[in-house]
Amino acid sequence: MSIEQREARQPWILLTPALTAIGLLLIVPLVFIVVYSFWLKSAAGADTPGFFLDNWQETLTDPFYRDILLNTLKIAAITTVACALLGYPAAYFIARSRGNKMVLLVLLMLPFWISYIIRTMSWINILGVSGALNSALIWLGLINEPIQMLYNETTVILGLTHFLLPFMVLNVFVSLDGIDTNLEDAASSLGATRWQGFLQVTLPLSLPGLAAGGLLCFVLAAGTYITPVILGGPRDAMFANLVYEAIIRQLNWPLGSALSLLLLAVLGVLVLIYNRYLGMAQLAKGLG
Amino acid sequence: MDDTRRYERLRERFQNGDISRRNFFGLLGAAGAAYGLQMPFARQAFAAADVSQVRFDGWGGVVSEAFRKYAFDPYTEKTGIKVIDGTFPGGDEYLALVRASQPGEYNIAHLSGVFDYARYASFDLTSELNVANIPNMANVMPALMNAFKTITPDSLSAAPYDYGTTGLAYNRKFISDEEMKEKGAKILIDEKYKGKIGGWSDWRTRMWYAALQTGQDPNNITDTEAAWDAVRKHRDLALKYWASGAELMSLLAEEEIHVTEGWSGRIYALQEQGHDIGYYDPPNGFGWQECLFVLRGSPMAACEELLNFMLDKDTSIAVAEGQSYPPALDPTKVDLGTKIPKLPAFDPTGTLAGLTFANPAYWNGNEADWSKEFGRVQRGY
Repeated sequence: MSIEQREARQPWILLTPALTAIGLLLIVPLVFIVVYSFWLKSAAGADTPGFFLDNWQETLTDPFYRDILLNTLKIAAITTVACALLGYPAAYFIARSRGNKMVLLVLLMLPFWISYIIRTMSWINILGVSGALNSALIWLGLINEPIQMLYNETTVILGLTHFLLPFMVLNVFVSLDGIDTNLEDAASSLGATRWQGFLQVTLPLSLPGLAAGGLLCFVLAAGTYITPVILGGPRDAMFANLVYEAIIRQLNWPLGSALSLLLLAVLGVLVLIYNRYLGMAQLAKGLG
Repeated sequence: MDDTRRYERLRERFQNGDISRRNFFGLLGAAGAAYGLQMPFARQAFAAADVSQVRFDGWGGVVSEAFRKYAFDPYTEKTGIKVIDGTFPGGDEYLALVRASQPGEYNIAHLSGVFDYARYASFDLTSELNVANIPNMANVMPALMNAFKTITPDSLSAAPYDYGTTGLAYNRKFISDEEMKEKGAKILIDEKYKGKIGGWSDWRTRMWYAALQTGQDPNNITDTEAAWDAVRKHRDLALKYWASGAELMSLLAEEEIHVTEGWSGRIYALQEQGHDIGYYDPPNGFGWQECLFVLRGSPMAACEELLNFMLDKDTSIAVAEGQSYPPALDPTKVDLGTKIPKLPAFDPTGTLAGLTFANPAYWNGNEADWSKEFGRVQRGY
């Protein structure tokens, strides 16, 4: 074997473990889900194998699924905007702070040490009828009766924002940290105010990080299941809850497979659009 | 030779220079891959051959605590067989897990209702118990046994263990006993309590109570549209659908909700904790029995031994007092002590004639349509 041939093979040899893992843990299960989506649920007992389009017809034409999907995208979009508005100043502060950057980054990562479910449930102790906020308001004499704050769409968005904010901050931080601060000084020396310098220099240069954080927050929010269960009311559901109900409650695995593939396709299109205009490299930087 | 010894010998050979580092790590990797690949199949084989442990899945919370303390730990002490206990929030979730598993991966489940027994039978998940190995089964109420025999006449896959009701739980600070008795199930669709009503996110319970609210027989709902309208009304007035016994207890204890339907044992546990929560079984309230179901592929001898141990009078009474649900033991044959007769839903006659149970054929026959419809109604349709 020539040196060129050996060199050409080396990357593939090194990639083999990763490709095997992706193949076995991602591609094969995905193929199973695709196959399952064409089966039919039997009234009792095993599902009926075959090539039936019933699940796909129902998934794509039933307005119920369309409405919940649109509502899911709406909640994910609001959450992403909230994360951007709250996360950008925090990331800016960390990136521009001197000396204690590492401490601030560790503090940012601290919530990840606690289970996501526990973090979500903590809002019950804060916003509940006998929670910290109501108790404080009553103690201050601002209200006589506790206010019902929990179990609605707003608390679902609040819980998601709480969960996803660190992802946004990290991505924006990576972007801001890579910007040469001399550029802002140069803008100032050319007569720009600090605000103008930020708007016309720093913000445009940090947009890739903001977009990467936005994509991560949006995709994770749109695929969430547990937050609406814990913090939502009877009507509050996101698309992942429908997948759960189809598979777990109704034992309708074929329909659940079709629904999960639809969500995957919608989010996949968003990722492709992002990749087309911004590339995945920025996302990798943020995650790294 | 065990795996640790194999590894030590291999490491020794590597340290002595008998094999290269590349070969050492290669062999370690191969061993890891082989172990990973054989596990799913090995688990199946282990279940049949290894009786050092049995897996038990139940409802969690105070129920699991009672099982652990009064049944599993003493059983392990007596037999040396470990009981690995898992929990599930509902029967549907558990059935989905079992369907996706290999036979033998799950062994015994604390299932609710005869309809669950029928569902497991329809998915061919039943086992065949040798009742001769479970002599304590003789003390179980015939009414509970007969329900299973109608589904699997030639064999038995479960031992009845306890029973209870899903009745109305209410905070006495806001709702009087008189008001509850007067309104019954309709209190769950009373505008007066809008935003303070709860309910289990279970389609069967929702439809059962909708039947009561619309004056229908829960085992023969003739006007389903009226029932769904009642479910919708409850949805619009409710603050939260709870998804587990722990959440039910928390919502009531924290006064987030003032009224809901609830599981008799959990409400009794709240009362024991000092909360002023009332409990009322309306006419035709939802009665159910729970069983210890042995799944196909389980180590039968060990499971039968555990079932017999759990049905022992002393164990059964201790567990019943711990989980606050009356045991399946026939009170006309066995002295159940002083606490159990005070538990909600307790029937001193041993016939359970006063409770209304779900007709498994009727409810399982409607499961596909109603569970799907509830998913839609719940979301505002």
